[in-house]
Order: sequence, then C-alpha cells, then structure tokens
Amino acid sequence: MSSPAAPRSYPHRHLLGIEGLSADEIAHLIDRSELFVAQNQGADKKGGSLRGRTIINLFFENSTRTRTSFELAGKRLGGDVINMSVEYSSMKKGETLIDTAMTLNAMNPDVLCVRHPESGAVKLLSEKVNCAVINAGDGTHEHPTQALLDALTIRRRKGRLRGLVVAICGDILHSRVARSNIALLNTMGARVRVVAPRTLLPSAVDRLGVEVFHDMKRGLADADIVMMLRLQTERMAGSFVPSLREYYHFFGLDYAKLAVAKDDALIMHPGPMNRGVEIDSDVADDIDRSLIRQQVEMGVAVRMACLEVLADNLSQRNEEAGR
Amino acid sequence: MRSPSPARAVAFVNARLYDPAGGRDQPGGLLVADGRIADLGPALFADGVPDGVETVDCRGHLLMPGLVDMRAQLREPGDEHQENMTTASQGAAAGGITTIVCLPNTDPVIDGAAVVEFVLRRGREIGLANILPYAAATKGLQGKELAEMGLLAAAGAVGFTDGTRAIANAGILRRAMSYARTFDLLLVQHPEEPSLSHPGGMNEGEIATRLGLPGIPAVAEVILLERDLRLVELTGVRYHAAHISTAGAVEAIRAAKQRGLPVTCDTAPPYFALTETAVGDYRTFAKLSPPLRGDGDRRAIVAGIADGTIDAIASDHAPHDQDSKRLPFSSAASGIVGLETLLPLVLELVHQGDVPLGRALAAVTAAPAGILGLDCGRLAVGAPGDLTLVDIDRPWRIAVDRFRSKSKNSPFDGRPVQGRAILTVLGGRVVHRGPD
Repeated sequence: MSSPAAPRSYPHRHLLGIEGLSADEIAHLIDRSELFVAQNQGADKKGGSLRGRTIINLFFENSTRTRTSFELAGKRLGGDVINMSVEYSSMKKGETLIDTAMTLNAMNPDVLCVRHPESGAVKLLSEKVNCAVINAGDGTHEHPTQALLDALTIRRRKGRLRGLVVAICGDILHSRVARSNIALLNTMGARVRVVAPRTLLPSAVDRLGVEVFHDMKRGLADADIVMMLRLQTERMAGSFVPSLREYYHFFGLDYAKLAVAKDDALIMHPGPMNRGVEIDSDVADDIDRSLIRQQVEMGVAVRMACLEVLADNLSQRNEEAGR
Repeated sequence: MRSPSPARAVAFVNARLYDPAGGRDQPGGLLVADGRIADLGPALFADGVPDGVETVDCRGHLLMPGLVDMRAQLREPGDEHQENMTTASQGAAAGGITTIVCLPNTDPVIDGAAVVEFVLRRGREIGLANILPYAAATKGLQGKELAEMGLLAAAGAVGFTDGTRAIANAGILRRAMSYARTFDLLLVQHPEEPSLSHPGGMNEGEIATRLGLPGIPAVAEVILLERDLRLVELTGVRYHAAHISTAGAVEAIRAAKQRGLPVTCDTAPPYFALTETAVGDYRTFAKLSPPLRGDGDRRAIVAGIADGTIDAIASDHAPHDQDSKRLPFSSAASGIVGLETLLPLVLELVHQGDVPLGRALAAVTAAPAGILGLDCGRLAVGAPGDLTLVDIDRPWRIAVDRFRSKSKNSPFDGRPVQGRAILTVLGGRVVHRGPD
C-alpha cells in the first residue's frame, strides 16, 4: 500500500513481542487496527489485501479462540489460511521444532502465526524461516496481539492510554498476557499495577516498572481499568494457591472489591474465564462495565492489521531484494 | 594405571619452571626419565644436555605441571555422538590438561567395577591424557541405594558422586557419607536442592522474569550446601562441593573451613567469566546447571578463588550436540564444553589482576590433585612427567570450529583471550604441540 520510499511505521519483519517496540510502532499497529473495526461490523467483511498470501496458524498448544481469531483475520483479508495443530508432547519424541519450521518454510508461507507452550520458542522458530512470524503466545513470555487488542479496546472507550491507572490482577507469574500488557501500557504512558498473592508474581516483577499490590482493595483503588487474568491451573506445577474458594475470596473480582475503583472503571479479561474463581459472573456480564466481548471483537481487527502490516513489509523487502 | 612411557629421557631446557604448589618460579631445566620428573632446577643443564637425551627448547615459556581437570563429562560409553574419550583426550591435550576426572553419568552408568576398568583401559589405550573416573555414589545415580563404593574404589574410582544430580534425600546422603568415611573416600555433591530448582532453567531474577522463564534461586544452592555441611560435621566424610556459583555458597564453605570441616569445593570458568546476561534472548549455549548468576555472585566467586575458599577450578565439560541445544530454552540441555577454554579463562583472572598467577594455576593443578589424592599436579622429583608449556601472554580468539571436542556448545566463541598451551606432555611424551 505504501511506496518503498515511504517511512514504515512498523519496520520489523516479525511481531514476536511488545517489549522493545517504540510507542510510535505500537500506535501505528493500533491505528491500523482501528481501520478494520468498521469493516468487521459491516455486511461485507471481505477485503483483498492478502489475496494470494498463505497464512499458516501453527499451534503447538490447544486454543480455539485465538486460532479462530487469526483464521478469521486472514480470511477477511482474502488470504489462504491453513490451521495446523501439533501435539507438542508427541512432537518431543520425534521431529524437533526446527524440523517443523524448515518443513513449513519449504512450502513458502507468507505469515506464520505460532503458539507454543515454551517461552522463546516462537523466536527460535522465527530465526529459521523466511516468512513473517506472529507470536500467538509463547509459554509464559509474550502474547503481543492480545496486548494490542486490549489497548485498542481501552482506547476506543477511554479515548487514550496515557495516564490511565490499569490494575492487572491474578496469575501474573504464568501469564504471557500480563508481560505483553505491562510492556505495552508502560510504553504508552499508562500507570500499571499488578495485584496478586506473592506466589503468583515473578520474583523480579517490581523491575518491570509496575506498582505491586497484594490486596485487591488497595490495588484497585481509583483504577480506570481492571484487567483480570485467568488462573492458569494447567501451568501450575505445584500448588500456588490453597484452593479456588480461598483465591476467589481474596482475589476474585466482585462488586464489593470493584467499589474502590473509579465509578467508570472498566473490566477486562483475556478469556477463557473461570467464572466464580477470578471473576464473578455478574461482573463479567455487566454490559456497562465489562469489555470482555469487545476484546474478542477487537482481536480480529488487530490480527488483520498485524497480518497486513507484516505482509506489506514482506513485499517491500522482496522488492528491495529484487532491485 | 598410568600410560606406558618411553624409556628414554627428555630434557626441557630454557624453561621458566613454575610450580604453583611449591612456589617455584625460576628459569631452568627439567629432566623426565621413565615417565617421571627425574630432576629440575636452574643449573640442571648448565653443562649441556647429556648425549642421547631428547631436548625440548621451552624458549623461556612457563613450564608447569599439566592441568588436572576434576570434573568433565566424556559421554563414553553411551553417547558417543556427542563426545568420546578420543575426542575428549584430544581436546584436553590441546587445552594443556593431562588428567581428566570424568563423571559417572554415562550409559551404562559408572556404578560397577567393570565400567571403571573400561574407562581406565580406554584412557590408557588412547594415551593422550590420564582419564580417571568418579563412580556413582548411588546405584544408577538414582539416589536410592548405595553403590559398591569399596569395590569401585579398589577398581580405581577416585571419588563418588551422582554427577549432575544432587543426592537430595538427607537420609540417603548421610548413609553415603558414613559409608564413604569407612573407606576414607571422597564424596562429591552437585549442590542444588531440586525442589527449589525445578523446573527452572536460569537464574531467578529480572531477566528470567522478562523472558517468562522459571527461575532457580541462589538459595537452592546454599540450602543444600548448608544442609550437607551439617551432615559432614556429623559423619566426618571428605566432602567436595562441585561448581559452586553463588556468594552464599562461598560464604558457607569459608565458614565450614574455619570450623575445620574436611570440605573443599570447585567452580568452573562460566561462573567467574559470565553472568546471567549471557542468556540474552534465550541463548541456550548460556544454559548451565547451576545457572549463570548475577554479577554480585560472579564477583564473590572471583574473590573465593583468590583467597582459596574455592580450592579448584574444573572445566565442567558438558558436550551436547546441536539437537540438544537448538531447542526452546526450557527443553534445551544444560552445560557447555570446557576442556579447550579452561586454561585461557583461568589466565583471564590473572591478566585482569583479580587472582595471583600462583593461586590461579594451583586451582587447576595441585589443588585438585590434592583433593583427589593424586601424585600429579606439581613439579617435583618423582612426580609424573605430565607437563604443560604455556605462553601466558599469547593473545588469541576462542573459535569453536577449531575445537577437537565433538561438540561445539560454548558461549565463549569469539572471545579474545590471552595465554594458551603450546606444548602438552604426558609422562614425558609430547601429546600436543600448539601453534607457535
């Protein structure tokens, strides 16, 4: 879409994480996403900017929501989308991640959207392929498109990110969503808090530029946004909290705890929710306060923008290489 | 047990005789006859070298006892695609190492006298380095039943360890210690409390937090070590802590030595030459066990070497093929190759002014030999003619593709260093001649 001479606002080949991106680059991706929101709400949702492109969703970890979101995004841009699910436990015995990357690379895809249960695995894979790679979640490291869709959702409701108080609550330790959101919100000038029992916080969380709380009433005081995280029971090697009911008692979001936040505070959750564990159903379904459904909707727009931007970069790269 | 040596004598002339243990540092000559040091001193060849004696001109370079590497994994038998005793011996010779002590974590495990004899025989046949085995402290390294320590020692095992695994169960460790004490055997521990280190892959802290990797806290090392030291006090066993990496461990060992406990320890070059920042963006060549730590710990390790709290420095050679390292960080194998980088990295401590030359070289010769009860590691009449001639100022750049070792997993590739072995001698026989 842009001429080769024009400056690129997201000049990277891959989208592997938020950490290290500049505010301009993040803003560019959010701005581009905004353009697709209306398209997705119209009757004709199909564009053609990825016509002829091949997108492979390579998921080494089960996911219906994210994979569907990436699939819809690719199809709405006119691309050919293939979904590949690989059972990681069986893969460990035979083919390595690098083998898989090399095999897929030989089929000349344009974009790989990769989810993997191990931190750093998507970056490793990106080093072995010629196409663009989007990190659709790697271990407990990053989930950049989730942070972008959260930012788009917030910006559309609050008009800005700068200066907002965002409380991220729950299982920070095992959350790639938290790491990406902390990086994004800090870069965009929001004030980030984390609220969790000490067992669910990484040891050096204070070094990430956040205020740390262990009490919901304090952590949520005057918050503009309350972002709840899923208690990732499948990632917990041992026992990080004594019981779900104790967790709910102290860290589950209900109206009583929400009362200390700003009157117009909004609720977010990356899904899938454990209702009655980290969030009360009444709060989750509150159409005035809860942005949870909008988050899912924005997810498609954000992934369309990311796919298009990376595909554009790929075209320019090839043109430059061809000259 | 030693390599067969030629009957003829070899004279080393124009040497800087350097014996870290005895404090000797003087120009002179050294005579090896029948594989052992027959004579040495400043005036030894004042009247010339006797007829019929082969002469090696050392051209003023430092002639020291061959290095004794008290901790290396050789992968033979069982994993010869990663390393075998031939390639490891070649790497050792190139690195100035004349004695390698190997871990029992092979396949089969070194927990029977036959495997001990196999290792000793292979080492002799290859004849490029003395290869001496540790044997397993518990059968199959399983941490459950005691291995046949008495028989294994009689077969030639120089110490007992479960290798890269900690003997975590305090009750079993206590019995292993008591039993080892019965025969005055050395027990070597990998000091890391598994319930605190699992499932971690790197040091706990900011970098692990950012990378989303589970961390291993420094206390995992300190807690196991402090527990072990209580059991040493109880049992009186000769105890050696392998590759310590934390300030807390240095402090614990220092205090134990002050209390008079029969305790020694070693570290390995990555723990004084690198920090956790080497992990960078999931660099698996910087994945080690124990993990690379922060700079405070690194400086404590350097200080511990300098003041002798840390007795020895071992290569901690852990060869891994590409397939074991080109994996996501958590799945990748731990450890780096070290035979060919041990000497220059130890000399780096000297060139930087952190550790005096004598102390640094003692840590790779007399100190480990003393802990293991070996007669090598010193320049003295009657000692084995295992020698290394070192150009201590020679600048060069570490290049993994020139390693003799089968595996190339080193985070030191490209590092500029100073000092290298230009001649390695085993029982009076030249086994490596370096670039001049």
